[in-house]
Amino acid sequence: MDPHVHETIAQRPRRPADDNYGDVMVVGGGISGIQAALDLATAGFKVYLVEKTPTIGGKMSQLDKTFPTNDCSMCIESPKFIECDRQPNIEILTYTEVDSVEGKAGDFSVTLVRKPRYIDEDKCTGCTVCVEYCPVKIPDPFNQNLSLNKAVHIYFSQAVPLVTYIDDSCLYLKDRTCSICMGVCENKAIDFSQVPEKVEIKVGAIVLSPGYETFDPRIRGDYGYGTIENVVTSLDFERLLCATGPHEGQILRPSDRKHPHKIAWIHCVGSRQLTPGGNSYCSAVCCSYTQKQVILAKDHVPDLEARIFHNDIRSYGKDFERFYQRAERLPGVEFIRSYVSIGREIPESKNVTIRYATPDGVREEEFELVVLSVGLNPPRDAQAFAQKFGVELGPQGFCKTNPFNPIETSRAGIFISGAFQGPLDIPESVVTASAAAALSAQLLQSRRGMLTRERVYPVEKDVSEEEARVGVFVCRCGANIGRVVDVPGLVDYSRTLGNVVHAEESLFACATNTAQAISNTIRDKGLNRVVVAACTPRTHEPLFRDTLREAGINQYFFDMANIREHCSWVHSKEQEDATRKAKDIVRMSVARASRLEPLDEFALPVNKTALVVGGGVAGMTSACTLAEQGYETYLLEKASDLGGMARRIHYTLEGLDVQAFLDDLRKKVYRHSSIHVITDATITQVAGYVGNFTTTVKSKGRVREIRHGAAIIATGAEEHRPTEYLYGQDARVMTQLELEAKISRRDAGLAGVHSLVMIQCVGCRQEDRNYCSRVCCSGAMKNALKLKGMQPEIDIYVLFRDMRTYGFREDSYLAASNQDVKFIRYEPDDKPRVETVEEGGRSFLRVTAADPVLRRRLALDVDAVVLSAAVIPAAGSQDIARMFKLSLGPDGFFQEAHVKLRPVDFAAEGVYLCGTAQYPKHLSETISQAYGAAGRALTMLTHDTVVASGSVCAVDSVDCVSCGACISVCTYGAIEFEDTPRGRKAKVNPVLCKGDGLCNAKCPTGAIALKHYTDDEVFRQIDAALAG
Amino acid sequence: MAITTEFKPVIIGFLCNWCCYGGADLAGVSRFQYPPYLRVIRLMCSGRVDLEFIFRAFAKKADGVFIGGCHLNDCHYNPEGNYDALGNSLIARRILGQIGVNPERLRLEWVSAGEGTRFAEVMIEFSSKVKSLGPLGASEGVDVADLQAGLEAATQLVPYIKLVERERLRVPVRTDEGYREFFGSADFDALFQELVLDKLTMSRIMGLVRTKPVSAREISSGLRLDPADVARHLNDLARQGMLRFDGDELQAATV
Repeated sequence: MDPHVHETIAQRPRRPADDNYGDVMVVGGGISGIQAALDLATAGFKVYLVEKTPTIGGKMSQLDKTFPTNDCSMCIESPKFIECDRQPNIEILTYTEVDSVEGKAGDFSVTLVRKPRYIDEDKCTGCTVCVEYCPVKIPDPFNQNLSLNKAVHIYFSQAVPLVTYIDDSCLYLKDRTCSICMGVCENKAIDFSQVPEKVEIKVGAIVLSPGYETFDPRIRGDYGYGTIENVVTSLDFERLLCATGPHEGQILRPSDRKHPHKIAWIHCVGSRQLTPGGNSYCSAVCCSYTQKQVILAKDHVPDLEARIFHNDIRSYGKDFERFYQRAERLPGVEFIRSYVSIGREIPESKNVTIRYATPDGVREEEFELVVLSVGLNPPRDAQAFAQKFGVELGPQGFCKTNPFNPIETSRAGIFISGAFQGPLDIPESVVTASAAAALSAQLLQSRRGMLTRERVYPVEKDVSEEEARVGVFVCRCGANIGRVVDVPGLVDYSRTLGNVVHAEESLFACATNTAQAISNTIRDKGLNRVVVAACTPRTHEPLFRDTLREAGINQYFFDMANIREHCSWVHSKEQEDATRKAKDIVRMSVARASRLEPLDEFALPVNKTALVVGGGVAGMTSACTLAEQGYETYLLEKASDLGGMARRIHYTLEGLDVQAFLDDLRKKVYRHSSIHVITDATITQVAGYVGNFTTTVKSKGRVREIRHGAAIIATGAEEHRPTEYLYGQDARVMTQLELEAKISRRDAGLAGVHSLVMIQCVGCRQEDRNYCSRVCCSGAMKNALKLKGMQPEIDIYVLFRDMRTYGFREDSYLAASNQDVKFIRYEPDDKPRVETVEEGGRSFLRVTAADPVLRRRLALDVDAVVLSAAVIPAAGSQDIARMFKLSLGPDGFFQEAHVKLRPVDFAAEGVYLCGTAQYPKHLSETISQAYGAAGRALTMLTHDTVVASGSVCAVDSVDCVSCGACISVCTYGAIEFEDTPRGRKAKVNPVLCKGDGLCNAKCPTGAIALKHYTDDEVFRQIDAALAG
Repeated sequence: MAITTEFKPVIIGFLCNWCCYGGADLAGVSRFQYPPYLRVIRLMCSGRVDLEFIFRAFAKKADGVFIGGCHLNDCHYNPEGNYDALGNSLIARRILGQIGVNPERLRLEWVSAGEGTRFAEVMIEFSSKVKSLGPLGASEGVDVADLQAGLEAATQLVPYIKLVERERLRVPVRTDEGYREFFGSADFDALFQELVLDKLTMSRIMGLVRTKPVSAREISSGLRLDPADVARHLNDLARQGMLRFDGDELQAATV
């Protein structure tokens, strides 16, 4: 066997038809499918990731930015594409649809149809020369048809696989009149002989992540979309905002390509509508994405006038309330609460008028552009899709789910992830993905690791005694570099540089065969340092490091000279200067490479025990998921029994019995032989790091130390104890949870309540608690409907600011309204007042409030007042945060590693987060997140070791003067003093070091150094840059 | 025939991997054009940029130095190294000014990985700025060798500055305003003058004196210093036994 074939299937029994045999198939390659596939593959399963479009990425790839951080959407998503691409246990099948599914949980047989892309994926390098020469222009689907692309093109520039596909509009496919692309493709990748191909794949479980469609306003035509040019959808507007969009990030309106200076947004297009063609539910994401678009549009066009016509503003997520305030406070931005209709298009200006209600009557106003904030629909083919998989759909056309396990479908072995369960935003899609991965893993745990491959590399050669022997490989990148930079000249120049013993050019350095050739050259020429002059290391460094490993030299002996993004692409008109700059860049890179040192990525053993902090539904669900998969789990609860906040919840909005569910869960936990419950527990100390924590717990006078590899924080939240509205002074004033308790025990006192007022937003959405508690509007609806069910004659008034019954919960708002629950909006600066009144021998509560619709003060004389009190962070969160080195957000809830893409991870590795400790949430959301946190923990716990980067800091203790500058700057706590015979010296714990190198820049004596970015390496680069 | 060659500056750019380098990549992907003067050194965090890197670049005759990091509060790293980059750049500008290098040649900007347009705009603007300043020394009207001597003295002082910064110049509030306010305050000015700039001047005087015996007048003209300041520093140095007066001339004390 060729000793250079390095991918081997290590210690795994081969199964029949190994090539078409996997563990899990993930159907739908958006962010949710990607995350599910990555989690599963990392946790030891072979995954088929099936996507019907030509690339993975989904809707998120079309977004410009993401709320509420305004992170660039593609920038945070595309690294996940590469991760999928490089993960040896994920097979990506794009341009592929599912034809049929047979079998049962553990043994599914899925027939796929691979559509012909007329491109040999293995040969295409993504150079796009064919695109340049293709004569056929088509509307670009990625840009919402707002710009043109070619019949052969790459779906978008970061696509994975990064290869072209040929659209049906191709002239060859139509009538064989053109085959220019075949002529210009140097790799002979064009293949018009391709036909649809059926593939059968066997898997044990299936994850459905088909996502959603945006509502198409064309269908009803009432907003003028499709007939009035300057009416666009919000997704169209995302593309207009985006730098990779139709106008390179300039907002130009369709009719005349001019900057609009007055834009209107219309909320709830297709959502919260009972008229035919609309959806009754709330789409859950539109309020915040509209605010994002307003903020970004103001950034693009500072003098922009923006009007946002809205219903309730539903800023119910973490940091959404502040985001809303940020948008609302922008100059020239006005939020108007009103229903609207499109008036007309003005023929001369192509401006659009909007008619809306004001207190003074209907007004018609002219806008240069109108954006429709369209809602989320089920996937277009949901019905047929569901039929293929044999799963049921719910009444809204999304997948039917069980509130106590929102990840399961009606068919065993098939799970769902992402917005197929109903409108979700990105973090929730990511959470459900990790949850679906956890449940699939649970089903297939006996086969974990059976099919997965690990890369095996040759033993690394010790070159420490050798002189630097640098090889320079210059990439033409098709024409991308070669057309601007004189590549042969650059290669010749490279040969003249010190330490360079070999230089050559290649058409595509990244092509699989070139990488193999580089690897051979390293071996044949005895190279011990490698410079590849090509594109950006941010995407390609891992690939080339791998090439070095395959050649048997340390991967840190590699440096990348970015002569594409930083040179040929940005100086395309100045070929001479660009070539000079490319020479400088290569010279710098060679100088640096000559000084590079071999570094070890060390493996740390992982303790396979898990610790879950908090014994509510979140903690118990996580603990069960881990224990079921064979991991010993300690579950800590500060109270003397498990259950947490759920003990005070009796039924769900859907009418399910929470206490019965809780009893079952509690029994399961107590009886599970791998779960060790410690009640009355207090954590006194946490030491260690990912894979190796030691937590000291005190319980009932006993202190014990628990060693564990991972921790899940599920410490929950609490109900705020109101200080206003006579709460605590009059027994007839209670919180929603107290009302719920009364309802569930059929409290006799309720019989005498014939009328009541519910007051929303008590203790939140105000200065000291500037967030929405998310659950109270639906909670109020739940209790109101329950009361109405018990005594239909009861009068219920809900005093609210915005009704935030997001998603399918909107139906409960509608139901309450239909059952004559009265809704009265109040403004925060004119809150309702509650007083006790004795009149005519009766005692009652009088609630007065201003009614903005009727424009007068109302006095409601009622028997009870129910306060929707805020959800607040659990007491003790700060201690937990401090001990585990976690951060809390501005509202006191735990802060996840990344709001969008790492919603249940902490920045501190090995610690995960779920439930209301992260932010208030509903029970089903908590359960999803608990599965998700367990899934994330499993991606680590299933490995015997964790790998730490070699680029970390180290101290030369001789030079250390123990000033502590490094220690105070390192908030990761990676540096500590250590007593040595020569006194106190700083010492780096490489496991905790993240490699930012701040300490290096602070050290007065140069004792501490960040490896791979040492002073010496940087000095060499500086000197080389200026030695031209 | 006289050949007029266009001045093409060299700008050394320290870009953090997570934001600004990504922004530069995106500028490339988007094909936004900017002048070809930047030479990029990729670091993981803008906070890794050592004062010495800046002085070294100028000492090797860079015409400009650019530092690009993540927007404040968006740093990829928990310790928020971009605040340290901000502090360092403000300190470096003071020192550069003191030794005669136009502080405008040093630029710090926040560019996110999504701001390709902004990266190109910043490059266009800074390139034209540096170009208008001319080669290092030109806008300053100072011989490059003199600037290099000053940069050498500044480099020597870096370990000391790091100690002083930690002990005496800690910024109380980690916000943009907090930093600007702190570094813009009169208190800081006085403290920095006393702790750093005076030390720097004395070290430059000593540098000069060590080469050859010189007069006080020669020092003040050579280092472009106010004669009164020179006199003050000479007294201090003499009192510390660093130099001695030999008639009108000064000589370094031999140890």
